[in-house]
Amino acid sequence: MLNYLGARLFTALIVVFGVMTIVFMLIHIVPGDPVEVMLGESAQVVDREALRETLGLNLPLSTQWVNYINGLLHLDLGTSLHSKRPVIDVLAERIPATSLLAGTSILIALIIALPLGVLAAVHKGSIWDRLAMTFSMLGVAIPNFWMGPLLILVFSLWLGWLPVSGNDQISSLVLPAVTLGTALAAILSRMIRASLLEVFNEDYIRAASARGLLPSTIIWKHALKNAALPVVTILGMQIGALLAGAVITETVFSWPGVGQLTIDAIQKRDYPVIQSCVLLISLTYVFINLLTDLAYAYLDPRVSLSE
Amino acid sequence: MAIRFSFPSLIIATWFFVALVAGSLPLHPDAILLNKILVAPEFHAWLGYDDLGRSIAERLILGARTSFLVAMCVVSISFVLGTTVGVMAAWFGGWWDKVTVLVIDIFIAFPGILLAIALSGLMGPGIMNAVVALSVVGWVGFARLARAQTLTIKHREHVTAAQALGTGTMSIAMHHILPLIMAPLIIEATFAIAGTVIAEAGLSFLGLGVQAPDPSWGSMIRDGTRFMLVAPHMVLAPGMTILLVVLSINLLGDSLRDKMDVRSRA
Repeated sequence: MLNYLGARLFTALIVVFGVMTIVFMLIHIVPGDPVEVMLGESAQVVDREALRETLGLNLPLSTQWVNYINGLLHLDLGTSLHSKRPVIDVLAERIPATSLLAGTSILIALIIALPLGVLAAVHKGSIWDRLAMTFSMLGVAIPNFWMGPLLILVFSLWLGWLPVSGNDQISSLVLPAVTLGTALAAILSRMIRASLLEVFNEDYIRAASARGLLPSTIIWKHALKNAALPVVTILGMQIGALLAGAVITETVFSWPGVGQLTIDAIQKRDYPVIQSCVLLISLTYVFINLLTDLAYAYLDPRVSLSE
Repeated sequence: MAIRFSFPSLIIATWFFVALVAGSLPLHPDAILLNKILVAPEFHAWLGYDDLGRSIAERLILGARTSFLVAMCVVSISFVLGTTVGVMAAWFGGWWDKVTVLVIDIFIAFPGILLAIALSGLMGPGIMNAVVALSVVGWVGFARLARAQTLTIKHREHVTAAQALGTGTMSIAMHHILPLIMAPLIIEATFAIAGTVIAEAGLSFLGLGVQAPDPSWGSMIRDGTRFMLVAPHMVLAPGMTILLVVLSINLLGDSLRDKMDVRSRA
């Protein structure tokens, strides 16, 4: 277990540094002079040089990299070119909204996917199974930049039940969370079904039913607990799709989170903010995957022993 | 292998055909009819007109060409690049393999199309930049799959025999490894096409892909969201098109997987 823990932490650390390096390189691999792009072609030479110095772009690349990583380790993400405020403050304002949205979406996804996946697996080949799998296929094929407008069209404009966008009231959360939640539920229900079907073939399930346990006890206590492990890993990996989807969904609903900040920053060419948003989202994803891997290894000793 | 005449294959065939002939059709996707602004579907234009009085059906057809070209370019680049990297990593092993795995891990750490959004945002909007950005993200899946598949085949007898006969590395890769790992890679490519269609539309929706006035399904949805109450057809038509195309490709991918790769059958 300790070996596994050490190896997994070590890989995660290297990945974190790799991610930081790529994010650092983002403005350097872009063709053309970033300063010119930021200021426009008509900018004065003096202004360009001033900005170049502010951003440290006049230093050698290796020095810039060391400075950047050093800044990150001290939680210094630079200053926003647009609002002139420290990026860390700008980000901190946006994190709660995105966390709330992501958390609610995961909850909605579980509420939909769990019964659907179980129903499909228990009644394999039945109408329930086909309904669940149709839902899954549709959920994967409907992009969230269409799902969002569709929900607005039906629930805000035609029925008038929910607000179109913004973050003024708690009901504003419903539509963006459903948009992201259904997309996640589509993949999750498929995984739950597949994982359960695999577990149903195990000896301990046959033993449990031979002992005369109720089917519901077998499903919820014996099968689902064992089927949950791979599903949790998949869920961890899908959090990435959720976070990336949040960028688009927040834009659709004007939800004031990190995703909307990213797109705003791209439109304003606010390089330090773009970099920090990408970094924050990616590192969150790396951290969640590390946690799910460690939880998996802790719950299932076979994982760490096989290493 | 006979392809059955089914609904998904019909949709995909239509998409291919429309994308290929779109350029030579007498279409005027940018023609503005001032008396038709936001007009709902009618007999002569069964998908209606947009906020500038342009025919939505004609813009959908040109949008099909955009999504088709982007998907084909991105998936071809990713396929070749990723497979080369993956096969080489598994074949040479050692440090080369370790570094490749690490690079793959680092690229996978950027969730979904986030890196593509950031890249095309920084490089500036445009269709070529979108292709580059999506390829930078796309090769990873092929590399990982090609590496894993090559590892299982590397020590088979026919490969060892070829090595013993003094066959060159290139020849072994082309004749003894690639044909055996092609099936899962083709299935991956099928799903990658579906993913790229959504990704291109997503980038265009954010204003980072195709630039106005050129039509893309994604930018059509974005334009439509501003007029949803008066002209819902502006959002419904392109969205339904994306749904049908992506759904069909995924269904085709599923049936390909069932036919070619027995092990992964659930």
